[in-house]
Parts: sequence; structure tokens; C-alpha cells
Amino acid sequence: MTEIRNYTMNFGPQHPAAHGVLRLVMEMDGEVVERIDPHIGLLHRATEKLAESKPYNHSIGYMDRLDYVSMMCNEHAYVLAIEKLLGVTPPLRAQYIRVMFAEITRIRNHLLWIAAHGLDIGAMAVFLYAFREREDLCDVYEATSGARLHAAYFRPGGVYRDLPDEMPKYSASSVHGEKETRQKNINREGSVLDFIESFVERFPKCVDEYETLLTDNRIWKQRTVDIGIVTPDRALQLGFTGPMLRGSGVEWDLRRKQPYEVYPELQFDIPVGSTGDCYDRYLVRIEEMRQSNQVISQCVDWLKNNHGPVMIADHKLAPPQRTGMKQDMESLIHHFKLFTEGYSTPPGQVYQAVEAPKGEFGIYIVSDGANKPYRLKIRAPGFPHLASLDEMARGHMLADVVAIIGTQDIVFGEIDR
Amino acid sequence: MTWLLAFWAELPLIVQLGVKIFAIIGPLMVAVAYYTLAERKVIGYMHVRIGPNRVGPRGLLQPIADAVKLMFKEMIVPTNADRYLFIIAPILALAPALGAWAVVPFTDTLVLADINASLLYVLALTSMGVYGVVVAGWASNSKYAFLGAMRSAAQIVSYEIAMGFALVGVLMAAGSLNLREIVLAQSGGIHQWFFIPLFPLFLVYLISGVAETNRSPFDVAEGESEIVAGFHVEYSGMGFAVFFLAEYANMLLISALTVLMFLGGWHAPAQIPPFVWVPGLFWFFGKLAVVAFLFLWFRATFPRYRYDQIMRLGWKVFIPVTLVWITVIGVAKFFTPFGHWFG
Repeated sequence: MTEIRNYTMNFGPQHPAAHGVLRLVMEMDGEVVERIDPHIGLLHRATEKLAESKPYNHSIGYMDRLDYVSMMCNEHAYVLAIEKLLGVTPPLRAQYIRVMFAEITRIRNHLLWIAAHGLDIGAMAVFLYAFREREDLCDVYEATSGARLHAAYFRPGGVYRDLPDEMPKYSASSVHGEKETRQKNINREGSVLDFIESFVERFPKCVDEYETLLTDNRIWKQRTVDIGIVTPDRALQLGFTGPMLRGSGVEWDLRRKQPYEVYPELQFDIPVGSTGDCYDRYLVRIEEMRQSNQVISQCVDWLKNNHGPVMIADHKLAPPQRTGMKQDMESLIHHFKLFTEGYSTPPGQVYQAVEAPKGEFGIYIVSDGANKPYRLKIRAPGFPHLASLDEMARGHMLADVVAIIGTQDIVFGEIDR
Repeated sequence: MTWLLAFWAELPLIVQLGVKIFAIIGPLMVAVAYYTLAERKVIGYMHVRIGPNRVGPRGLLQPIADAVKLMFKEMIVPTNADRYLFIIAPILALAPALGAWAVVPFTDTLVLADINASLLYVLALTSMGVYGVVVAGWASNSKYAFLGAMRSAAQIVSYEIAMGFALVGVLMAAGSLNLREIVLAQSGGIHQWFFIPLFPLFLVYLISGVAETNRSPFDVAEGESEIVAGFHVEYSGMGFAVFFLAEYANMLLISALTVLMFLGGWHAPAQIPPFVWVPGLFWFFGKLAVVAFLFLWFRATFPRYRYDQIMRLGWKVFIPVTLVWITVIGVAKFFTPFGHWFG
């Protein structure tokens, strides 16, 4: 009789559940996974190295492309690190705008996560429901920064520009008639802030909708409860952060534990799980969407009542007014110097982390006093999460691997950088 | 008219049969094609999107465009595949799905083969479908396909048992193996239809039917997000299309059988004027459409089961339920005054 051996199976990089370019080499005993070897590097773009060869401001755009579903959060860490190095504080209004967009980004990320996670487990409807709301947030991004995904909106010293007074509207076409267009434009009549406010008002109902599809669904529960359990101790040892850690019951949120910007002023709760399985992490993220929604609502209130600059006045760091450039030489020189040479930072090193939707996203900069970082290191939250895939999935079935990849909320842009 | 009938009677039997078969298969294929469109449209609207609307008015020509595309695509046979089995597999999957329609009575008189044991014939043929899947998975020589085939084989075999027991209940209630007589046993109005006395069996049959056709939420054999497309991952062009045809023809078949065995076939829900004016054929197809719609509804809303959970559901829930209810029917039929209700 021949010996029965396990077989290896290649999962990805072109696989519908691989979330990008994940490649797993799995050792399988029938349907049961014995060992998983994640292969990374297929999306390596040398972001860190590129950032070392460019003036500081030029790399903001690269940060968007790291975790390409939570763009502004990556920028946030980067600009905060530079500000820390320079020792500047942006105006309060800029801080509120940044926090608001960081939370909008969190909702966007979690919407995409629930969409992909649902799709992985076979619930197709959630995907399109979540994208319906994500679309509105894309519009907010676009109205404010000009780009739907890669915003490059946060700058050292503030944000690129103040929130526009007008929300772009749909125009009627042969496919979408007048009446339908009016309907679609109903909450776009006011400013961008009004649009965000209307979104904040209806979003909790949308989350309820996703929950009706999943939370009490027997199949959903069977597929997620007790899958990929991580104990609190083990989660800490593995370097988990964000919802992955909170799902295991550790109350750790950088917005509270190492506050930055105006988070101390804002009211929100930190949801935690109890068992540390996929279902808990699902509930944690759902609750985070609701909490983020509250934070946005508070920011909108503040921003409506308080006006002021959104960028520091130091033109060594921030570009001068466009009108000023036409008239006075000083501004012209500042503009030219800022966009070509940039600015130099004092020598030293700095680490700044933010609570990105996926966990602790950190930027470590070593400066030698030049106008570009001597070394830039990115701490991506997804990396330790992916590294624990083997441990989380061992002994589970093939279908559970997909559920675990989904619950880890992996994006390869940040893992491979 | 008379000359036409005379001409028909003079035709050799084989030609007559051929015409009859074509009269069933032709509309069936059209129905399958438009069932795919209906699926995309229905699921689309359930997903707050529109679905295909580019080819023809409101996308009505989409299935034809799909068919043309698939026909003209190259059918790639992987190098290490078993060529003959690889090509035979889709045919093995489609043939039983079509063959079973031979005994389906559309109305009291409209049936191609009114054989005595048509229920057994149907059971035999629907079980055959799994060979296509298993052979496809084996012949593709791919691990994904092989996993899909293994899952499918185990799943279909276990649900076959639950399904078989559910049919035993119908058989006991109707006292016949002939589908036409099973329907006739349900005549007299909606209260006579078997789905009331046999409600648990009706549910088991319907859910097993979904599992039997590898449809969501039991679609682990092609589990898109796990094993990509499962057993037909290596198929392209016409081979792929034939698997698709088989799947949808099977869904329609299961819907038709559910209507025949539990929902009173061609009978109207009540023997009073507005209902009796509608011909039986319409009732049959109307009910069929309702059951077929359920398949799409399930797909739009449910997450996918895991392979072992499907097995647990089949063996630990459905089979005991059917066994218990068969006993209940037996006892009710012979030892209680409600016997007439159970057939």
C-alpha cells in the first residue's frame, strides 16, 4: 500500500479571495490545513527607498498608495511624523479636518472590508450595499481633495485647502432623467460639510442594513464563530494592533492611549471583543463604524461653528497664497523653493503612529538635517497580522482560511510596500 | 387539420419521438437561457444594481450574446488532462438533466413517457448528474478541480439520501410511483396539495434540491472564493457553457419536481371560477417560476456554508427529519382518522 501524504496547494496570487496578490503555499490534509506559508513581495514598490530620495512633501502621494483603502490615515502618520520632527503644530481647524477625514477613511476602509469579507464567505449582497455608501465617501474625498482615492490632502502644517463651500452635483443625461437627478442631488445642495452631515445622519441605518444580512444569520455565524481564535496574550505577542487586537479583548486604541491631534476632545467608545474569533472581530469593526460616525458628527459640528486657517503661515513649510505669488517676489521665491527643494528638518529621529483602520500604522524617520529623510521605515499593521495567518488557520478547513484572510483585512499595498 | 393528423400518424415512430423530444428540449433550452438572464436581473435588483441592460432592449438579448460568445471561444484542454473524460464530463452532466424531463407531466395528458415508475427514473437520473462533476474534476488534473469534485461527490451522495426519503413520503401519500398519478392524488384544491401534510419533507426536498444542484448557499463544489470555480475551473468555451446549461436545467427540473410532488402540479389552488378558467399548463409553469425564483433569492442573500457544515446539516438534521416524518405518515395513514389527508 502506498503511503498517504499531505499535498501542497497553491493559493493565489491570482485568486478571488487573495485580496490582491497574496500567495499562500498550503499543506493540506484533505480539506484541513496543516501549514500555511504566506509569500509576500509581489506588490513591492520600494516606497521606503523612494521616500529617501525625495524631498519630504513629494512622498505624501506614496503614502496614499501603501494601504490603498485607507489613504488619508497613511498620510496622517507621515505628516504627523514630519511635524513632530519640525516641531510645528497645525491650526486647530486643520486638526479637526484631518481627524474628520481620518474617520471618514476608517469608515471607507471598514466598508470595503465588510464587502470583501462578506464576498469571501459568499454573501454577495453586502458587497454592493457597502459600496453604495462608500461611493458617497469617495465623492467627499473628490470634492475636497480632487481625487477619489489617492488624495494627498494632508500636508505638514495642515491640509492642502479648506473644505469647499459647494458639493458637486449630478447632471441629467439621456440615461438618468431630470427627476432622478434631482432626487440624487437632494443632499448635495449645500456645502461639503452639509453633505457629510446628511451622510452621518443616515449611515447608522445603513450599518443596520448590513447587520440584518449578517449578524444574526445562522450561516454567517457558523462560518465565523470560533474561527481563527487568538487569545489576548497571544495577540499581544504576535504584534496585533487595531481591530485584530481589540477583537481579542485588549482595549488598545492609539487614539486614546497615545492621543494625537484633537482626539482627546472627542467622545467615542472603543469596542472590544471577548473570544477573539472572526465573529468578534466582525462585531468590533461594525461598532467602530458607528463610533467613527459619531466622531465625524462631532467634527462637523465644530467645523461649522469655527473658522480659521487650515495651514500654518510659515511659508518655508506651506505654499504661499496664489494671489500673493503674482504680486510679490518673496512669495514667488517661497513657492519655488518649497516645490523644488522643499524644506530641511533638524537632525534626529522620530516615530509617529496613528490608529489606522487596520491597526497601528507608524512612520519612523531618521533625519540627517537634509531636505529628505535619511531613512524612512513604515510600520504596516497588516504585516504582523499576515504573519500570524499560519497560526490562526492551522487545523481549520480551506474555507476557513478564506474567512481568516477576510477578517485580517489584509491589503498588500502596505504589507509589501 | 385532419390531413395534418393523418400525416403525423404516418410518420415513423422515431421521427414522431424526435419531434416530441425537440418540443420539450427546445423550449427548455430557451427557458434555461432566459433563466440565466432572470438570475442576473433578480440578483441585480436585490443588490441595488441593474443587471445586464446593454444587449437588446432591457438586456433581453444578453443570453444570446453569451451563447454566441461561449460558442466561439476556444475550448482549451489542459496538457495533463485526460482528453476523453474531459470532453465527456460536461455531456455527462447535461444528459441526465435533460433526460429527466421525459417523464415530467406538464398537464394531465401532456407527458412524453408516462411510465409506471417515473419517480424512480427521476431519482436515478438526478443522481447521475454527479458523475459529470466527478469526472470533470478528475479529468482536469488540477487540485482545485479535484477538491471541488470530491466535495460535490460527498455532498450529492448525502443529500440524495435525504431527498430519497422525502420522496418516500410522497410515494406513501400518493400510493404511486407515477408522477402523473402523484399529481392526480393532489387534485381538489390547495388543501389537498402534499406540501401541507408533508411540510417537513417539502422543506427537506427543496433545500436538498438546492444542495443537489450545487447552488448557493451549498455551492461549495464551485466555491468561488475558496477553490475558484471548483470542478469546472479548467473549462472554457463550450465545455463551460454545457456545465452551466446542466446546472440551470437541473434547477428548473428540481423546481418542476417540487411543483409536481408538493404543490399540486397543474391543479388550480381552488376549483372555483377565476381559478379554473386558467389552463393547467399555466398553473404548472407559474408554480415552477415561483420555486425557481427561490433559488435566485437564496443566492442573493445567503453566505456560503462550509463543506463539513453541509454534511452535518444533511446527515444530522435532514435525514432524521425525513425518517421521523415517514413514520408519522405511516402511523397517520393507517391508525388515525386523518388517513385520507395523507393520501
